[in-house]
Amino acid sequence: MADTNLQVELVAADRLVWSGEAKQVTARTVEGDLGVLPGHAPLLSVLVPGVVDVQTADGETWAAAVDTGFLSVADNRVSILSEYAQLSHEIDLEKARQDLERAREAGEDDDEALAHVRSAEARIRAAERESSSRAR
Amino acid sequence: MAVSLREYRARIRSTESMKKITRAMELIAASRIIKAQQRAQAAAPYARELTRAVSAVATFSNVEHPLTTEPEDPKRAAVLVVTSDRGLAGAYSSSVIREAERLAEKLREEGKEVDTYISGRKGQAYFTFRQRPVVRSWSGFSDQPTYEKAAEIGQALIAAFNAEEGEQGTVSAGDEEFEVPAVDEVHVVFTRFRSMLSQEPSAIRLLPLEVVEGTEKPDESELLPLYEFEPSAEEVLDTLLPQYVQSRIYFAHLQAAASELAARQQAMKSATDNADELIKKYKRIANQARQAGITQEISEIVGGVNALADAGAGRD
Repeated sequence: MADTNLQVELVAADRLVWSGEAKQVTARTVEGDLGVLPGHAPLLSVLVPGVVDVQTADGETWAAAVDTGFLSVADNRVSILSEYAQLSHEIDLEKARQDLERAREAGEDDDEALAHVRSAEARIRAAERESSSRAR
Repeated sequence: MAVSLREYRARIRSTESMKKITRAMELIAASRIIKAQQRAQAAAPYARELTRAVSAVATFSNVEHPLTTEPEDPKRAAVLVVTSDRGLAGAYSSSVIREAERLAEKLREEGKEVDTYISGRKGQAYFTFRQRPVVRSWSGFSDQPTYEKAAEIGQALIAAFNAEEGEQGTVSAGDEEFEVPAVDEVHVVFTRFRSMLSQEPSAIRLLPLEVVEGTEKPDESELLPLYEFEPSAEEVLDTLLPQYVQSRIYFAHLQAAASELAARQQAMKSATDNADELIKKYKRIANQARQAGITQEISEIVGGVNALADAGAGRD
């Protein structure tokens, strides 16, 4: 299986964010973190706001922050669908931090506020991963 | 004659300035239409993948989901009409409204009550002018629809569909909350973008979902794999279907935006052409009037000279 790669598509509601070949995809689903390698069984799963990690075929890695969405795997094709998705280098860290502050103030017991907190956290995590990988 | 000549010149001038405006609007619409089409294309992968996923779940599980189940005795239907915010787009808004009226008429004949939802200021104006009730309306984004707005509309319609019969569904949009009466069916009327020259108002039934009216059907040879569902088919469907509905509404808005711009471009192009015609016509009439004036003046002078000459000859 070493010579086959995953065809990955990360799609947001209004655009195709990234597509290409990858060796590994890690995403957070409602059941917990899920890693997909080539040859994975067909799967449809629900994503929670979080970070998607992709190891591309040429050995690079990138991260993206996604909102609620789906992950579907079939025949080495991985589609990640989310209403909003941002690659880590597109993320405005300052703005994400501000969003987080604001969402936290709104109260964590409220479902909607909690969703905002989650998505802001995801963006911060993705952006921080980007900067730490660059430092290395 | 001199008065009418001045009048004609004024008319030529005003037509010329109108022509400048319509010409500018034509060019603006033409440049925006490309962007609108690009946006529609950019949204296509999402819609395609979502359609695939929905058909996969629908094919491989026997899940009964409220959003796909046909109500036994539908009594009330919601109709979302997608119109434009601005006019000067030819028959664009009126034809989509006409299509909506036809659909509403059909639904009423089937014994259903019709709740109207409007997107776009032109539709709002139409219904308020006729003092007809509208459950909810949205406006301000008809030429550049965003997913957020489409999602908001989608949430309202899903809430209305999910609400128990005779009750109200509650939707929270930002800071405000509003209530929508329960319905058994949801329809969308929008303008499909066929080409730059033809846009067609069309009505689709959004809910209950008919799985699957795909924009692109997968090939027959391409068998859908046996998916595993995590955590379960029901839960996947629970999150999948609302997103699917919202994506359809977003798609309808994108199509409508492209159609609106195309209709406007066409309308403005014919307005510019008409202005050209008018200017030509007025110029001819003005020239005629000018020549008639000159001729008259000459004949007056000649007449005057002759009269003077006659008078002088008579005195001699």
